[in-house]
Amino acid sequence: MSASTAIADRATAAAHHPARSRVSARVRGGRFRRFLVPLLLVVLWQAAAQAGLVSSRLLAPPLDIAAAAWTLTASGELPYHLLVSLQRVVAGLAIAITAGVALGLIAGLSRLGEDAVDATLQMLRALPFLALVPLFILWFGIGETTKIALVALGATFPIYLTLFGGIRGVDPKLLEAGRILGLGRAAQIRHIILPSALPQALVGLRYALGTAWLSLVVGEQINATAGIGFLVMDAREFLRTDIIMVGLLVYALLGLGADQLVRALERRALAWRPSLIREA
Amino acid sequence: MAPSVVRLRGLTRRFQGPAAPPVLDRIDLGIAPGEFVALLGRSGSGKTTLLRTLAGLDPVTEGEAVLPQRRAVVFQEPRLLPWKKVWHNVALGLAGEARATRDKALEALREVELSHRAEAWPLTLSGGEAQRTGLARALVRQPELLLLDEPFASLDALTRLRMQSLVAELWQAHRPAVLLVTHDVEEALLLADRVLVLANGRLAEDLPVSLPRPRRRAAEGFDMLRVRLLNILGVDEDGHDAAARAA
Ligand SMILES: Nc1ncnc2c1ncn2[C@@H]1O[C@H](COP(=O)(O)OP(=O)(O)O)[C@@H](O)[C@H]1O
Ligand SMILES: [Mg+2]
Repeated sequence: MSASTAIADRATAAAHHPARSRVSARVRGGRFRRFLVPLLLVVLWQAAAQAGLVSSRLLAPPLDIAAAAWTLTASGELPYHLLVSLQRVVAGLAIAITAGVALGLIAGLSRLGEDAVDATLQMLRALPFLALVPLFILWFGIGETTKIALVALGATFPIYLTLFGGIRGVDPKLLEAGRILGLGRAAQIRHIILPSALPQALVGLRYALGTAWLSLVVGEQINATAGIGFLVMDAREFLRTDIIMVGLLVYALLGLGADQLVRALERRALAWRPSLIREA
Repeated sequence: MAPSVVRLRGLTRRFQGPAAPPVLDRIDLGIAPGEFVALLGRSGSGKTTLLRTLAGLDPVTEGEAVLPQRRAVVFQEPRLLPWKKVWHNVALGLAGEARATRDKALEALREVELSHRAEAWPLTLSGGEAQRTGLARALVRQPELLLLDEPFASLDALTRLRMQSLVAELWQAHRPAVLLVTHDVEEALLLADRVLVLANGRLAEDLPVSLPRPRRRAAEGFDMLRVRLLNILGVDEDGHDAAARAA
């Protein structure tokens, strides 16, 4: 962000200030209102099922789904599969973050690194990574490795791209100011380049989490013997739409939870940004 | 006269090829230790280019430049790192133990009357506060040469007046040599020992200002110098463009 846009931001922040409390009151009220329509839809869905308008073989009614969720949790089945899925995502993401950050730093901080890394990654990125599934199965078999590799591959690109872009987008005026303050290259990277790339890199992390779940869903449908995906595929064999719905719900909640996690991280790491200052 | 902290000899700077007229054309300039010099010139006359050379930010390709070791710059925009608290911006790049540099930064902030904002994020500062932080960041390095590139240009009139007297006070207290780039003739006369005018790549005027300090606009001789400088800049007393009216 350049100094001049920063000032413009500050000006807008100041301009919005008087209206702030009213707006946030409306948002708080709206938060409950926002759930009204989905709630109504669930009630209608239940009513339709009980009236026999929707076949519960094709789509289980909400109460059945809740019951299935309860049974699966109580039996320990759901927690077990959830843990397996989580392990895959965490392992894949750990690899993706390590690789994405390393490659982003190499390409972002040196022209030589850019020449070595960027073209290759841009080409790989053009390939829809899920198309690599057959190749991965040949290379890694149908075990854990393929699933983790799939998560890792998909999540690496957004982290790499945003970090690279963030590093290259650093305001040259700030670098110049740093130079005249006597900062060496290492200090410039630490105090100027990396902090200025962080907001973008965190957006990349958010994208990475999104692709990670997608890869997980695909990966877990390849002959898995455990995990949420297995639970869903297994339930399909027995036409248990209630369990399938539980699996989908868990995927949704996991995605939501991960997003909240990154948001919390952003609030801490980017406390200096005017929008966040305004909320505080 | 004391030995100069800055010496430029035949400094020439071009951005286009050798055929085009240079932005700076064989500039000779010396600045004595503790001297306050103002540099006037129309927009685009090369003031920032000259200041950047004195800051050591641009390479010297034609002519020679002797510069002091400790130089500090306050730019027109504050150029603070938004992710570092105000005091941390001031302490940035200072050598020494963390505790000691922090104390130095806080002391510099006290001098610019910003102690109460030491822990603030830069993006929450007003324009004047941001420029004062920039000033503290420059002063804390105890520069031999302080370079100010239109530091008050984007401030409102009242804040600008306060900043001008603050700069005068700090200069009296620390006595660095100062080069203040400005397009405001009165500002130059209120602050400087010497006023330079840059036109067509050359220093068209080098005018000593011997008015007593603290300076006042009402002082005898002030208005005469003002009119003279305005004429050199090609503007008549009422602010009309003299060249345009003659045409
Ligand atoms: N990096 C650059 N590349 C090309 N032209 C430049 C560059 N910097 C300045 N100039 C040109 O040099 C002239 C003087 O610019 P500058 O020193 O910024 O003027 P001032 O600060 O007096 O307004 C202008 O015509 C400007 O377009
Ligand atoms: Mg300029």
